[in-house]
Amino acid sequence: MRVNVTVNGVAHSVDHVWALESLLDFLRERVGLRGTKNACEQGECGSCSVHVDGVLVCSCLVAAGQVEGCSVVTVEGLASDGELHPVQRAFVDAGAVQCGFCTPGMIVAAHSLLSGNPDPDDLTVREELSGNLCRCTGYQKILDAVHLAAERAGAAP
Amino acid sequence: MDNLGRDSAVLRPSSWRGAVLLRSEYPDASPICGGTDLMVDINFARARPSGLLDLTSVQGIDSWELTDGGRTVRIGAGVSFTTIIEKLSGVCPALAQAARTVGSPQIRNRGTVAGNLATASPAGDSHPVLMACWARVEVESVRGPRLIDIDDFFVGPKRSALAPDELIRAVLIPAATGAQQFAKVGPRNAMVIATTSFALNLDVAGRRVGTGIGSAGPTPLRARAAEQMLEEAMADRWDEPGTVDESLARRFGALVAEAASPIDDVRGSAEYRRHALAVLGRRCLTWALADLSREAAA
Repeated sequence: MRVNVTVNGVAHSVDHVWALESLLDFLRERVGLRGTKNACEQGECGSCSVHVDGVLVCSCLVAAGQVEGCSVVTVEGLASDGELHPVQRAFVDAGAVQCGFCTPGMIVAAHSLLSGNPDPDDLTVREELSGNLCRCTGYQKILDAVHLAAERAGAAP
Repeated sequence: MDNLGRDSAVLRPSSWRGAVLLRSEYPDASPICGGTDLMVDINFARARPSGLLDLTSVQGIDSWELTDGGRTVRIGAGVSFTTIIEKLSGVCPALAQAARTVGSPQIRNRGTVAGNLATASPAGDSHPVLMACWARVEVESVRGPRLIDIDDFFVGPKRSALAPDELIRAVLIPAATGAQQFAKVGPRNAMVIATTSFALNLDVAGRRVGTGIGSAGPTPLRARAAEQMLEEAMADRWDEPGTVDESLARRFGALVAEAASPIDDVRGSAEYRRHALAVLGRRCLTWALADLSREAAA
């Protein structure tokens, strides 16, 4: 099966895709983008979060064949011209990264949240990141990072 | 059907008619929409369908509308829980409440009520609400369309009245006319399969009480004795519910618990589930009557 899909703005046409292949495996093994992490494969952990046509999803729960003609954005698509995206910068500055495995999914989910709600309160951040598990940080620094990113975006002209 | 090559096993019909024809022509292909149930089984090698029948590109399947002079909401099979929360909390308040408890934002963005129905798990978050609201399921095959009453839909754990060649097209839910509540018990607020859940629908216009119990029996259940008792108690106070009667709420909760037939499993014991249902029944009635009183006073 052939899948035609735009990933991070680049058109891909990939042959011999398995019909039951997940978008997660497709991105990691066919497109070679390994920032999207593979952990639970059942939608519990959020480490495989990506955007499909602007909607935040777990890529392990989307079949690759379902994204035919869609636009997918992964964590690799957030930075531009070698500059970290402000959400990525905030995660670095707030010390929100420990082992780093959950970080890509966390950043994609935080990016999704802030695109729709530039100044979320703490409860909203907790709710919107509730599908992303982190076993290192205890979450506080991650919440700090999201608020930092929001503050900086609010302060920007 | 345009994307259907010889080696292709993801069928992507663009029309509903095309989807119905393909369902009949390729009975071993699994229908998929949000994929939040099916892809888990595929990832863990518990399911190996010969292919997928992807419904996400079917025109119009992700839309909803008011029909029957505004008295019924018709929710297309592709409408996500996120859309239900954002657009339908006024006409289907309990369904929106239940939708808020589904998984996480990622899961709510993909998961659908029709997918809940097709999986037919006794723990599906939509099910108690669909029972309480007397929903009907619109299904279709090449043999024609039909409506299935929700009371006839669930026939066993993960088994439904859906025939092998049928697809769920939409769910029909009467618009709320009074107060509705949904409550769910689980170990945390997000990403939880219900230990047990309960929905209550006080249908003021119809002078009826609807209930639904989740995760406490082989199928979602209706608490008939609780409904009848409450209908009798409400007979002369539908329009002026007054203050909440504590003993009524307790009797109602006890009847809800009696209607369940729970088992012990990894998510909780039968005893705990019965206890929780008595509490959820009492709370939902207390909240719903308070809502009705507020509306009557306003």
